[in-house]
Amino acid sequence: MSFSLYVEVLIQGVLTGLVYGLMALGLSVIFGVVRVVNFAHGEFAVLAMYAAFILFGLFHLDPIVASLPIAAAFFVVGYMLQRTVVQPFVTRPQHEQFILLVGLSIVIVNALLLTFGPESKHTDLSYSFDSYSLGAVLVDKARVYGAAAALVVTTALFAFFRYTLTGAAIRAAADNLTGAAVVGLDVKRLYAISFGVGLACVGAAGSIMMALTDMTPMLGPSLTLLAFTIVIVGGLGSMAGALFGGMLIGVAEALASVIASPSIKSMVSFSLLVLVLALRPQGLFGKAEA
Amino acid sequence: MAHRTGLIDRRSVLAGAGAAFASPAIVRAQEKTLKIAILLPRSGFFAQAGQSCHRGALASAKVLADLGYNVELTHVDTESNGDVARTQAEKAINDGAGAIVGAFESGHTLAIAQVCEQRKVPLVINVAAAPQITQQGYQYLVRNFPTGGMLVTNGLKLVNDVARAANVEFKTAAFLHANDTFGTAQRAAMDAIFPKLGMPFQLIESIAYDPKAQDLSVEVTKLRSINPDLLLIVTRAGDAIKLTRDMVRQKFEPKAIMSPGSPGLYDEEFFQAVGPYADYFIYNLPWANPKAQMTRALEASFKATSPKNRFDLDSFNAGFTFEALLVAADAFKRAGTTDGPTLMKAIKATNIADHVMIGGPIAFTDRGDNVNIASASVENLKQTPTVVFPADAAAAKPVLPMPSWQGRT
Repeated sequence: MSFSLYVEVLIQGVLTGLVYGLMALGLSVIFGVVRVVNFAHGEFAVLAMYAAFILFGLFHLDPIVASLPIAAAFFVVGYMLQRTVVQPFVTRPQHEQFILLVGLSIVIVNALLLTFGPESKHTDLSYSFDSYSLGAVLVDKARVYGAAAALVVTTALFAFFRYTLTGAAIRAAADNLTGAAVVGLDVKRLYAISFGVGLACVGAAGSIMMALTDMTPMLGPSLTLLAFTIVIVGGLGSMAGALFGGMLIGVAEALASVIASPSIKSMVSFSLLVLVLALRPQGLFGKAEA
Repeated sequence: MAHRTGLIDRRSVLAGAGAAFASPAIVRAQEKTLKIAILLPRSGFFAQAGQSCHRGALASAKVLADLGYNVELTHVDTESNGDVARTQAEKAINDGAGAIVGAFESGHTLAIAQVCEQRKVPLVINVAAAPQITQQGYQYLVRNFPTGGMLVTNGLKLVNDVARAANVEFKTAAFLHANDTFGTAQRAAMDAIFPKLGMPFQLIESIAYDPKAQDLSVEVTKLRSINPDLLLIVTRAGDAIKLTRDMVRQKFEPKAIMSPGSPGLYDEEFFQAVGPYADYFIYNLPWANPKAQMTRALEASFKATSPKNRFDLDSFNAGFTFEALLVAADAFKRAGTTDGPTLMKAIKATNIADHVMIGGPIAFTDRGDNVNIASASVENLKQTPTVVFPADAAAAKPVLPMPSWQGRT
């Protein structure tokens, strides 16, 4: 194998990992603030893919461009969902939260199956079959556009948390819930905003993924599992960790496919997960509990 | 005892009940029409293929009637579930079915075979490749479909034949296959059969991939690094789309891409997803003979019953489903009865020279297999599956080496 092929695989892994990272970021934000694990995360990503598919069919809107309105719509959905359904479960035992969100995921998958059927769906984009040539290295255009969009959304999200008052308040609530409540912050509202932001991330990521791959309703559980692997490796609750975890998993799977066999991709990512859990349970970027 | 005259005694009740239980068989034997239940996975995981077979069954009714066969077809959905297939087979027989046709998936077919064996009702298999189906000693089934081993053997032989016909030489080949049940079974058959066939090219790499993967970019990158003349693939529609997309993006252009026997490359989903890039893929499979009179009759009926679908894309599933019905109908005509054992005897004695699929007469071995089924090389030309080999059934000459991805519209 030539050096250029390794470079190519490495680039592909990073680009794919950035999109996965954005998806996992949503999971990390929700858990980091609300302390609820969204077991319907992958199903929401698939829901966003169908939204992008519909927008493409109706208005010929590129899924990468559509990621903005879809993220906005998912923010509203997330906000409402947290206020009406999730909030009563925030203080309840984790197994009840688990049942609630797994139930929600089953509802989403079956609703999609009933509405769209089991066949895979795709979008015919003008650049779907195109690639950039950098000497001997070839890079998919769709993947470059997708990764760039994921990077823009992630940067905007970091800026929101770093430079806005609401972002600072959310960080305060995440760091010290009691302290945030004592100084008069509306914690319930912050929870709802965080859930909305988490779903906006997964909405944007799902829409971007529609430009990269085909989808079926049954894709949800594997995306949920992928998001979990990424955030556990990166550190549950850490935004930078989610992004880094996404790239790490993307690159590890790609290199394993080339060096060994493509069918052992999943084995490599899960081995990485086991290794991190054994050596650094809080994840690569997570904070150890006192 | 005169006082008991007019009352029903215990013996009469037993005799009456016995007659009542026996009557379905007696009535069935006397019927002038054979009721055939067609069990297919028309919903669920195998729905796409099940629907394709179903369209063939719908088109078959008129063709069989025109040929003078008296059959009544009932269409049953197995919901891609083995338990449902078994229950529906029981129900169909209780409702008077004298023969069962189905069931596309090997596991479902085995479930139905057990019911048919117990009830002594013939099962004519339309599509199911698992070898063990006819190796378990069932007396009430026949299979008009090749086993997995037959598919690979015939498919590999055709690779050579097509290359010779197009005057193209392959020195190296790579084998890319899904790591699901079907893909690994094909890999096992390939590992066992390839060395025995003395192929004129070297198999330099076999690559297994996860069909649920989001893309196959790394697999294609790996293929580019070994740069084989010939790419042999075993796919289904979803992964064939991903594979094509990544091959075009990475400009991977072997001399030919051939399937030694797998679905995916002739599905409507594949043509719609990749458009002109679907062209020049070659797959070696049993196929409807475009020059056969019966194929034309089936195609004409298909156009009337399924006007929104292309017969070219359904001819594999539709052709085998029609032939399974033809076997049952023809046996009924010869046997003159719907009595299970007699009908089965007639089915085992089948010898139908004029039929739809390419190959010799439909006839069955003692086990119940039809070893006369041949494979054809089918190439996608102008986004239509086109028989390119053998020459006597070919509708066009093979296009090899495969033209570049670039410039296709």
